[in-house]
Amino acid sequence: MIAERWITLLTLAGFLAIPLWALAVDEPFTITLATRAAILALAAVGLNIALGIGGMVSLGHAAFFGLGGYAMGILAFHAQSFQPLDLGLFTIEGTKSMPVIWLTAIAVSALAAWLIGLLSLRTTGVYFIMITLAFGQMFFYFAISWGTYGGEDGLSIYVRNSFPGLNTLVPIQFFAICFVALCAALFFQWRLRASPFGLALNAARQSEARVATVGLSPKRLKLLAFVISGAITGLAGALFADLNRFVSPTMFSWQLSGELIILIIIGGVGRLAGPVIGAALFVALEHWLGGLTDFWHVWLGLILLLIVLFARGGIVGLLTGKAGPHV
Amino acid sequence: MSTILIFEQVLNGLQFGIMLFLMAAGLTLIFGVMGLINLAHGSLYMVGAFAAAWVAGATGSFVFALIAALAAAAAAGALVEIVVIRRLYRAAHLDQVLATFALILIFSEGTRWVFGSFPLFLDIPETLSGPVTLPGGIEYPRYRLTLIGIGIAVALGLWWLTARTRIGIQIRAGENDREMIAALGVDISKLYTLVFALGAALAGLAGALVGAIQSVQVGMGEPVLILAFVVIVIGGIGSIRGAFIGALLVGLTDTLGGIFLPEVFKLFMETGAATQTGSALASMAVYILMSAVLIWRPTGLFGARG
Repeated sequence: MIAERWITLLTLAGFLAIPLWALAVDEPFTITLATRAAILALAAVGLNIALGIGGMVSLGHAAFFGLGGYAMGILAFHAQSFQPLDLGLFTIEGTKSMPVIWLTAIAVSALAAWLIGLLSLRTTGVYFIMITLAFGQMFFYFAISWGTYGGEDGLSIYVRNSFPGLNTLVPIQFFAICFVALCAALFFQWRLRASPFGLALNAARQSEARVATVGLSPKRLKLLAFVISGAITGLAGALFADLNRFVSPTMFSWQLSGELIILIIIGGVGRLAGPVIGAALFVALEHWLGGLTDFWHVWLGLILLLIVLFARGGIVGLLTGKAGPHV
Repeated sequence: MSTILIFEQVLNGLQFGIMLFLMAAGLTLIFGVMGLINLAHGSLYMVGAFAAAWVAGATGSFVFALIAALAAAAAAGALVEIVVIRRLYRAAHLDQVLATFALILIFSEGTRWVFGSFPLFLDIPETLSGPVTLPGGIEYPRYRLTLIGIGIAVALGLWWLTARTRIGIQIRAGENDREMIAALGVDISKLYTLVFALGAALAGLAGALVGAIQSVQVGMGEPVLILAFVVIVIGGIGSIRGAFIGALLVGLTDTLGGIFLPEVFKLFMETGAATQTGSALASMAVYILMSAVLIWRPTGLFGARG
């Protein structure tokens, strides 16, 4: 059986090798697929902090993904139409600069996660799953009926946003940005788990009562984790919108929230490499099965069923021989 | 805004709510008795609608279509329970969500495989088409009124089944203590299959009945599924009474919100902005209702368990 640390390193190495190989043999579409996988992985890494460490099954993380996407969409829209965004009290200039967009996406989704978490954490279990779903749906329907930014049709951005010193229109350079963001998030999660906060959060998932007995507030731990989780998923949303140069209400859809959970479970809940393996497999299956048959969802469904029924702990669980990360 | 219009919209809201109840009743029974979150319930709704449309097309009889919907959905439900669901009762909610999500994919794409991507149509039977005049001179579609009647009859039937029959006693006992009733000699796995098939049949019936008003197509189950979840969460998971009241609340909020919220905003905003704000809020209304209920009562109106 293989130690988890090696699985994480090997996964990341493989993730880097595939686009480099594609660059060598001149297959830009493979690089785009790898970029898509890296961004989905980043979104799932965010969710994994809430779900894997904090035990909060959120079926509404598409809300943060979509907010990140719309943060990019709205800022770039105002930049390309040269009209400042009028907020009543003051106006904001649009921007095409990625770092500014990312910070906005992170701030907006963190704020939303704080509000949603504050209200949702009053409930537990299935009710928590459902109330987060409800908040996600609110954003979905709001985006559909908000005509200023395209409503149901979404919003197209003509040129990809810029990053100082790089040409983001070159696929491999944009992949590099997304890959570095993913590695940074994984490094952050790794440090977080070993920190006093991470240990307390891990304990709060297992027994709220015991954590409360030693004088910590499980609610506050979980709320902070939920905010961090939402912020990371929001950043992924901004990158995803930049990859497609398009935002639409589907970024808020509950199917997307479900897919993020799927990525984590395929890979392994609470594992560092879990979402990364899950996203890579998902995108590969989507591409490969989608090329073989129009009805690839049937096969995806069957594979998922087999994983849930016979491979508890996901791929990382299979490889390490331990169903969970917590010994 | 006339009284007649308001009355019609209230009836529309009731009809929508009653159909949601047929979905929600099965979901809440399955969760209450087996502790299972079944995302694939919307697929059973779709199976019912497709079976009805297919049989109606072949025989021309609406009664046969309804029977086929009930039978097909119950059979699909029983099959799924025996093959897959049975292994999930002891699993975490997370695994249940994923496995039943996988079932949605299989059902939806499988149906697309068999019937193609184009919607099927199911006609309202001759005897039930056309309007009926209610006291006060209000004309209302006869079919929609029939739906309300069928739904209320099903609700009474379910109450009778759970409160007055031997099976009902076993179901209620199963909610409280499954080891105990197994020890008393009740075949618990047969009971679970039965409850699952019953819930599936109700979903299939709803699919067939609604299929005659809307088109029958792949993916028709998911929007209803989400709303049915909203219903059982508002009512309190496991409570049939809660599902009934929750369904009516959601049906009325959704229907009346869509009509009246834009009008309300027109009182103090210009028309264009009022329509946009009003319809945006209206489409979010049921979710706002649900989060308000959960913030006020974290286990729903009639729920006891988390």
